[in-house]
Amino acid sequence: MCAEVEETLKRIQTHKGVIGTIVVNAEGIPIRTTLDNSTTVQYAGLLHQLTMKARSTVRDIDPQNDLTFLRIRSKKHEIMVAPDKEYMLIVIQNPSE
Amino acid sequence: DSVKDSRRRSRATESSWPGRQGNQYTIRGVGGDEDDGTEIGEGGDEWMHGKTLIKPPDQLDLTEAELKEEFTRILTANNPHAPQNIVRYSFKERSYKPISSVDQLAVHFFLEGNLLHRDSDEARRQKAKQGLPDEKATVVTETEDEKLETPAAGGEEAGDVEEGGGEDGEQKLTNQFNFSERASQTLNNPLRERGCQTEPPPRASFSATANQWEIYDVYLEEMQKQEKNKEKAKAVPKKEDDKGKKKLTLSDDLTKVAKVAKIIERMVNQNTFDDIAQDFRYFEDASDEFREQEGTLLPLWKFQYDQAKRLSVTALCWNQSYKDLFAVGLGSYDFTKQGRGMLVFYSLKNSTYPEYNYPTTSGILCLDIHPDRPYLVAVGFYDGCVAVYNLKEERPEPVYKSSSKSGKHTDPVWQVRWQKDDMDNHQNFFSVSSDGRVVSWTLVKSELVFTDIIKLSLVGAVSEGPEACGTSFDFHKQINYLFLVGTEEGKIHKCSKAYSSQFLETYDAHNMAVDAVKWNQFHPKVFISCSSDWTVKIWDHTIRTPVFIFDLNAAVGDVAWSPYSSTVFAAVTADGKVHVFDLGINKYEAICQQPVVAKKKTKLTHIEFNPVYPIIIVGDDRGYVTSLKLSPNLRSKPKEKKGQELPRGPEVEIAKMEKLLSLLREPENSKA
Repeated sequence: MCAEVEETLKRIQTHKGVIGTIVVNAEGIPIRTTLDNSTTVQYAGLLHQLTMKARSTVRDIDPQNDLTFLRIRSKKHEIMVAPDKEYMLIVIQNPSE
Repeated sequence: DSVKDSRRRSRATESSWPGRQGNQYTIRGVGGDEDDGTEIGEGGDEWMHGKTLIKPPDQLDLTEAELKEEFTRILTANNPHAPQNIVRYSFKERSYKPISSVDQLAVHFFLEGNLLHRDSDEARRQKAKQGLPDEKATVVTETEDEKLETPAAGGEEAGDVEEGGGEDGEQKLTNQFNFSERASQTLNNPLRERGCQTEPPPRASFSATANQWEIYDVYLEEMQKQEKNKEKAKAVPKKEDDKGKKKLTLSDDLTKVAKVAKIIERMVNQNTFDDIAQDFRYFEDASDEFREQEGTLLPLWKFQYDQAKRLSVTALCWNQSYKDLFAVGLGSYDFTKQGRGMLVFYSLKNSTYPEYNYPTTSGILCLDIHPDRPYLVAVGFYDGCVAVYNLKEERPEPVYKSSSKSGKHTDPVWQVRWQKDDMDNHQNFFSVSSDGRVVSWTLVKSELVFTDIIKLSLVGAVSEGPEACGTSFDFHKQINYLFLVGTEEGKIHKCSKAYSSQFLETYDAHNMAVDAVKWNQFHPKVFISCSSDWTVKIWDHTIRTPVFIFDLNAAVGDVAWSPYSSTVFAAVTADGKVHVFDLGINKYEAICQQPVVAKKKTKLTHIEFNPVYPIIIVGDDRGYVTSLKLSPNLRSKPKEKKGQELPRGPEVEIAKMEKLLSLLREPENSKA
């Protein structure tokens, strides 16, 4: 089970256009990353807050609903966040490559 | 002493007293002079004689008469130092007035004494204090023995005397002066400080928000707990559950990321293949308006699996419940190149990596996904085995597998089909194989129980002659017991589950093996068959000759009816082309003939329509699966007349087909 997940993460990382992946735990601390430390910490902290806010928004409107994923597309690249009960996965991809 | 007298006289005249030159004094203090004179006189007698009168330079020069003048002096009691002209301001007269009498008292000497009058209060008090002890002391000073007693006695009796004295004569006042204070000091206990310090309780800061959804979550949890408790109360608690739970908690952290990782992978893929995804959803070929009847196929995703190279796609099946999931069976049609196989599941959401994959020892030839239980997959192998996979389970082996003991086929299994659950709610499926048997397999607990349904034989009657090889079969959509079997000789048999000994009908379909036979999804009488003899034939099962025949110029690998129209079907050929026919539009030709693979040598082996989306998947012998979108012309619906609402539903389709058939029947009748 664990090996499968590792493989999946590896595939994501080697996918076309993917710049970096970060795995963040429930407290906002990154536990796995392919980027450098300062960038990772920055991304993790900021996106954690944003994801919490987004999730809160979705659930406030309908408590039976829940956030599946969050995409932020910017000029340079796209940040994708998939939250979970305990973990959060952040992937930065350049979609136009 | 004459010498002394002379001296005195000379002295007298010499005396100069500044300020009192004129006075004459008769000096008679011999004794005093002697004292003064003796010191000087005795030593300098002779010197004194020779001394002459010396006048101080500032002495007043007075005449003899003035020298002899007498002044009288009166002694009064006036104080010569007292001021005589003290003036006081009088407010009455508003002026300074001299005081008449001035105090003339001059104090020459003052000394504070400590003598008291014997009758004064102070003296009396003192007397009282000292009276008796003084008397006694004077009496007892002689004896030593009583000395010690006396101070004590004196002390005591002093007290008595005080009181006695108070009573005796003068009254003694008892006040603070007469009390004797007594005090005693106890030992102070040494002070000791004792303290105790506990460890401060561990602190953690806690913050939470009370949102509507958080409250909702808590309620849900409570409900679940309650339900669990109810269940536990009913069921016997099992130890296995605990072990299972322990296993979950001990597993690595990353396993929980699995779900999220999957979502992310799909997102990443969606980004990469964004244009395809958009096409899949929204693209409609606008040029179809200009083409009268023809349509096109738009290539979408291409699915390939690294480990599946060199295997050809031998089976395709869409999942009925999850419309984006499809199964691909990989194996080999080549008799000489038999090796391993693979069962792979893809989702349209992720075209780069399969959702599930199961490697198998033998090549797969056919598969079918259970319509009601989308996790059950029946697979038929080249080596004659059949197996059932459960997608929910983690392990790569099938849940059930037939073995030589349990009646496996002796030849490759060409088709499997799930049936409805039997009376005991067991799942069962049918399989057809080249060994001529049609077998029904039932999943009973952990076993596959087989039942031979029918045995195919070359000659019409069953169980006579050499066995024919079944290459395909299909069950009727509505009539449960009716099914068709295609054989390698090119015959199609119509059989019933009930009658195992006889065929209901036999059609001389093709010259070569029947590769696929399929009932129409709408019309109950129509079925289609294709073969390597380059033809596709459409039949009405009541008529022994085909209703339509199409020649496709290449060996036809597979044919499939479309789920949205009773007159549309598609076929794939060995030259890499897909042919789409719509009998409602064009009865003789395909409305779309399109090569879909790059290399011309690739043979297309299977085709399937998606039940919901307007796409088809095509498998080829290189292990690739290509998905294509049908352009609007290919899925045209009959044009609605203005104002009339178009009736939808299977009846329409049936009617459409029926119309076609009726058109054909007449010419046929006329021909016949």
